[in-house]
Amino acid sequence: MNRVVVTGIGAITPVGNDIKTTWDNFLKGKSGVDTIKGFDTSRHTVKIAGEVKDFEPEKKFDPKIIKKLDRCVQLCLWATSEAVADAQIDFDQCDKTQIGVIIGSGIGGLHTWEREYSKFIEKGPARVSPFLIPMMIPDMTSGYVAIHWGLKGPNYTTISACASGAHAIGDAFRAIKYGDANVVVTGGSEAPVTPFALAGFSNMRALSRRNDEPQKASRPFDVDRDGFIMAEGAATLILEDLEFAKKRGAKIYAEIVGFGATGDGYHITAPAPEGEGARRSMERAIKEAGCRKDEINYVNTHGTSTELNDKFEAVAIKKLFGDHTKKLVLNATKSMIGHTLGAAGAIEAVVVLLSMRDGIVHTSLNLENPLPECNGLDFVAGGPRKVIIDCAISNSLGFGGHNATLCFKRFSD
Amino acid sequence: MKQKKKGEKKMALFDDVRDIIVEQLHVPPEKVSLEAKFIEDLGADSLDTVELIMAFEEKFNLQISEEEAQKLDTVGKAVAYLEDKTKA
Repeated sequence: MNRVVVTGIGAITPVGNDIKTTWDNFLKGKSGVDTIKGFDTSRHTVKIAGEVKDFEPEKKFDPKIIKKLDRCVQLCLWATSEAVADAQIDFDQCDKTQIGVIIGSGIGGLHTWEREYSKFIEKGPARVSPFLIPMMIPDMTSGYVAIHWGLKGPNYTTISACASGAHAIGDAFRAIKYGDANVVVTGGSEAPVTPFALAGFSNMRALSRRNDEPQKASRPFDVDRDGFIMAEGAATLILEDLEFAKKRGAKIYAEIVGFGATGDGYHITAPAPEGEGARRSMERAIKEAGCRKDEINYVNTHGTSTELNDKFEAVAIKKLFGDHTKKLVLNATKSMIGHTLGAAGAIEAVVVLLSMRDGIVHTSLNLENPLPECNGLDFVAGGPRKVIIDCAISNSLGFGGHNATLCFKRFSD
Repeated sequence: MKQKKKGEKKMALFDDVRDIIVEQLHVPPEKVSLEAKFIEDLGADSLDTVELIMAFEEKFNLQISEEEAQKLDTVGKAVAYLEDKTKA
């Protein structure tokens, strides 16, 4: 079995178009949630989201190519380009058949879908773009990244709603562990802030309606939360076989040591009572990591700011960790930028790596009155906190009852 | 006099076709000559050519069958075809 390390990261989020800006703003506690600027929301009940700002991919990539990619793939390409540069890997010097791409996306090319469907209704089938399908399919994230860099190892996309990014990283980890690839470009991407999707999520009663105070709307684990905030973004990680990384002298952020995946088998949107599926997911990740539960000292929660997720996730964590619970440090990245759905697991993995690198955990914004279920859980609130992290887990739980947990460990040879 | 008008119309049509090609294929206008082949010279792939035909249909308000579309592999052939179809 190969050991798997992370050697490069890239991100684009509602608080920054690269890792440095995003991380600086996380540590400052700056919210990325605001009134929607991308389209007219006058007919929508919900008018707030986490949008990426000043995104001009045609300035960085060939405009002819950008035009044929949905925003979801554009964001992915942007983050991946940063991750590849950060890893300082020259793919041309590698056997490209040993380099895979596994990137998650919950929905895929929503912008394209809506634009072309409108044309279909207004002008008929003859006006639907021949690029509709290749632009819309969620797997074009992985597909196009491979095309751009000529990568020929295992290539597919994971789709598990809000857990897609975490499942992608988990599969990438296993592909290297079991020897199917030396390197896997992995992560998640989502561009769901569109009029149609906003209506759908809103009518599920899943979204916060705190339109007057956008920065206060995302408040995971707080008693006054009233739903999640839709957001867009992408993050990419370069995973490598440890020996391969050492040979090329790569810098190492951390080691990925465990991946847990379970299903609720319970309900289309509601999590299983007491977070039973999430608890088993954490348990499996820690088991594969081969560490004791009391070695974990940081939990990056899924924490969506919805009624049931936060309550059940808190219960699941306490049930699993028992007496060790009080020694865990926790936070919720979605408090900062909202819920980037299929990108969330990847963005949160990046947050874990940066927290481990810098010895600091970002604040959980708006956690003013924690839920009774959070009694005994040490959430970082009111500002960032210095914490030396040796072993951490990150949870991602998706509609459909898909649970994924990643376990990261400080690298030591 | 009649000849000149015809020439002007042809030029206007070429300008429209060129604008569409420049926008759809992201090529510099000077590359769009009558002799230029969409795939070999202007870098289009098969989906681009479908999209181009659709743009012509939209702009000139006509229908181009798939069979006819397949024959239009150069800018010149497209201009001649459109000129013929839009004759008053």
